[in-house]
Amino acid sequence: MSPERSPLFLARRTYRLRRLSDAARMLPIAGAVLFSLPLLWETREVRTTDAMFYIFGLWIVLAGISGVISTRLRPTDTEDDPKGSQER
Amino acid sequence: MTILNALILVCVLYVVFLFAVAFAADRAALRGRGSWLRSPYVYTLSLSIYCTAWTFYGAVGFAARSGLEFVTIYLGPTLIMIGWWWTLRKMVRVGRSQRITSIADLISSRYGKSNLLAVIVTVLAVIGTTPYIALQLQSVTLSFAAFAETDPTATTLPDMQSTALWVAGGLALFTILFGTRNLDANERHHGVVMAIALEAVVKLCALLAVGIFVVWGLSGGVAATLDRIDASAIARFEVSGSRWVGLTMLSAAAFLCLPRMFQVMVVENEDEDHLRTAAWAFPTYLMLMSLFVVPIAAVGLEVMPAGANPDLFVLTLPLMDGRDGLAILSFLGGFSSATSMVIVAAIALSTMVSNHVVMPLWLHFSGSAAMVSGDVRHVALLARRLSIAGVVLLGYMYFRLSGGGTALAAIGLIAFAGVAQFMPALMGGLFWRGATRTGALAGLCVGATVWIYCLFLPSFGPSVVLPQVVFDEGLFGLQWLRPRALFGAEGMDPVVHAVLWSMLLNTAAFVLGSLLSFPQPVERLQGAQFVNVFDHSGTPGGWTGGMAQSEDLLIMAQRIMGATEAQALFAEAARRQGLAGYLPEPSPTFLQELERELSGSVGAATAHAMISQIVGGAAVSVEDLMAVADETAQIMEYSSQLEAKSQELARTARQLRQANEKLTQLSVQKDGFLSQISHELRTPMTSIRAFSEILRDTGDLTPEEQNKYASVIHDEAVRLTRLLDDLLDLSVLENGQVVLHVQTGSLADLLDRAERAAGVQGGTLRVVRDRGAEAVELTTDLDRLAQVFINLIANARKYCDGQPPVLTIRTAVVDGQLVIDFTDNGSGIAPAQQAVIFEKFSRIGQHKAGGAGLGLAICREIMARLEGAVSYLPGQKGAAFRVTLPLMARMAAQ
Repeated sequence: MSPERSPLFLARRTYRLRRLSDAARMLPIAGAVLFSLPLLWETREVRTTDAMFYIFGLWIVLAGISGVISTRLRPTDTEDDPKGSQER
Repeated sequence: MTILNALILVCVLYVVFLFAVAFAADRAALRGRGSWLRSPYVYTLSLSIYCTAWTFYGAVGFAARSGLEFVTIYLGPTLIMIGWWWTLRKMVRVGRSQRITSIADLISSRYGKSNLLAVIVTVLAVIGTTPYIALQLQSVTLSFAAFAETDPTATTLPDMQSTALWVAGGLALFTILFGTRNLDANERHHGVVMAIALEAVVKLCALLAVGIFVVWGLSGGVAATLDRIDASAIARFEVSGSRWVGLTMLSAAAFLCLPRMFQVMVVENEDEDHLRTAAWAFPTYLMLMSLFVVPIAAVGLEVMPAGANPDLFVLTLPLMDGRDGLAILSFLGGFSSATSMVIVAAIALSTMVSNHVVMPLWLHFSGSAAMVSGDVRHVALLARRLSIAGVVLLGYMYFRLSGGGTALAAIGLIAFAGVAQFMPALMGGLFWRGATRTGALAGLCVGATVWIYCLFLPSFGPSVVLPQVVFDEGLFGLQWLRPRALFGAEGMDPVVHAVLWSMLLNTAAFVLGSLLSFPQPVERLQGAQFVNVFDHSGTPGGWTGGMAQSEDLLIMAQRIMGATEAQALFAEAARRQGLAGYLPEPSPTFLQELERELSGSVGAATAHAMISQIVGGAAVSVEDLMAVADETAQIMEYSSQLEAKSQELARTARQLRQANEKLTQLSVQKDGFLSQISHELRTPMTSIRAFSEILRDTGDLTPEEQNKYASVIHDEAVRLTRLLDDLLDLSVLENGQVVLHVQTGSLADLLDRAERAAGVQGGTLRVVRDRGAEAVELTTDLDRLAQVFINLIANARKYCDGQPPVLTIRTAVVDGQLVIDFTDNGSGIAPAQQAVIFEKFSRIGQHKAGGAGLGLAICREIMARLEGAVSYLPGQKGAAFRVTLPLMARMAAQ
């Protein structure tokens, strides 16, 4: 069954916003993990320049994703109400 | 013109320019123009005070010493910023809804507006920030000295301390001028913010310019620079995992907790929406700031002579190459970083010091009289100005005492670790409703103590504050109390060691204290307000006041907010309440609003204390607590619903039981009646049959005998007829087919008639009547009414067991109703029977006094037809029946 035909069972906009706020919450966690990745490398072998490329590249990517998320997400969009949390 | 003179000139011009910008921005904001002042980009740029001179100069020094590790200082804030949805959003919302003026105010506000907490936070913030201010002064003097060294014409080096004094004085002046223009710390300092945003641009441009110069000017392109880095001492990515993770977390915590960051991020925040822009723009800014740090460090290490201070590479590299213009730009960048940090830190700290230390002390010593007399506004402003001067002076003194020898980065990290102690109380306050004031106090005290012992005091060096023996043997000779190896944790990096232990013990004390203590109502309420700020950005409740206090409140508010503003606020509130003039009712809503307004000027704790001095005692009403403590309210409501339901069930069950009893009784009665009626029918039938057989079969009967037997048959037939008549009568009455014959007559006559017909004359029953009251004219079916009376009197005659039997008939008119009570002096009717005596076939006990138990049932039906009623009157001496009849009846069946 194609997605277009399936009946609308969730308000699509609200659902998208909630997933977006989930993404906003996950982003720093993902960032923290990714920024710690160089520690797993064989540090004596790694050149500073390589680590620089990785870290600054990641930095730009994170800022970019954060920009994409936050241009679509307003602070007042989805309030953390206890009732709403059941519907998520 | 020598380069040193040029530098001084440019520097003065730059400062004048900054003053002009700040002044223009303030003017524009005052006139309501300048929407660009409220741009999210200005907000983002103002956040860049995170990058102080420590970043500008120190990052390169940091990188020259430990390679890429410097970047952790910016990764922490980056993670916080891209995770704005978690914390910053909430902090900003709380800050705006509670009119928070500083981080001390936030923590004190959250934990029941406790001023003690605010004082502790303030003291810790001052201790943590003072070295940082000293660091800024040091960087400016060092950079100035670097210029002087290269100037061949300068015969003597300028006195470093006098430079620092000039800078400190200028900064204090700027901050006092633009930072205390208005008392309400919640009002934005547009001038200051604009100047800071401008400085943010300058320092970014300067660092990027130096970076570009180093990469393309000195090294000859990206590839060449990368080769140089690979060839340098920092070519290998050798970082310790604990420092990498620890410093990232530390910088993240400091980013949230630094008083100056809190000031620009929360207090100066114009619009929550600005966070959305800052969420990507600020990480980008940080990334650009650190982009060229490693190349500059690597090239500096290679080009500069050994022993050159790597903290000043940003400045000395262009100077060495003879790029004076670039060097001056670089100097301005560092100067901007230093000054913006000092300005904002001084504003933030002065707000805290004046609101939480000076004002409460002043209020305490001047007593409650201060509310009505004395210029609080003036005192508050003066306190803030003095605090600014004091904070800058403290920094200067620290700089003089420490001698400015330590590496920049070291001081920065120590300050970070100090303010990071707010973290558990701050986060716990925002996300955990169970966090209490006791917990926060315990956590802060423990964390601060560990930080001071393990990091702050040792930073002065061995034998300066802490004697060498403490380092070697531990406090009191206890090995496990060595400041660099607490609890035997040896060989750790000192910063990571101190951060680890202070944060662990801080958090543990905070959690334990919260778990074991019991919160005050205000704490509980504020906790709900903070944690659930998105549910109800509402009202911390609970002032109650009388009208007489409005004037006192107005007088006090005028002292703090200024006469015009206070009067406007009061008049507006009065207008909203529908009152004319300047004095609104001190309703809880108004008092909350006023408290919030005042807290913008003097801090939440002080405002709370001032209002409670006038209004007297903050009352947290039960409704407030209920409304806030949603779940409690829901549980209460649910359980009361359950209780109501179970009561209802019990009631229904009782009714069902009653109905069942009645039905059972009726069934017994019916059975009784059937046997009774067959008996009643059978007895006359038997006599009739017997006597008719005698008449038929006996031939020689005398006429007397015949007559006698025929009379018996006749009497029995009459009795049968009467029984059947009664049954018929009842059925007619029940079916509503009765025809009423309305007549007019006197009640006394009717009762006489009934008395006669009931066969009272000649019997033992004595009837007591009040003939005076019986003179009532009735218009109703008199025959039917008489039938009721006859029945009641006959019942008394038959069943009354008094000795001698007496029936009292009392008549009264109540509310247009004729009320006639028939009361005898017998033993009455048992309560169990009272419910059924009006039912058909009902007979009391097993009396054989004749009748089929239809009398009262017929009475009830008749009275219903006559729009009256007959009922049993309990609580009399004997059996009592009450007949009620409307005097002006409209006969339904007429």
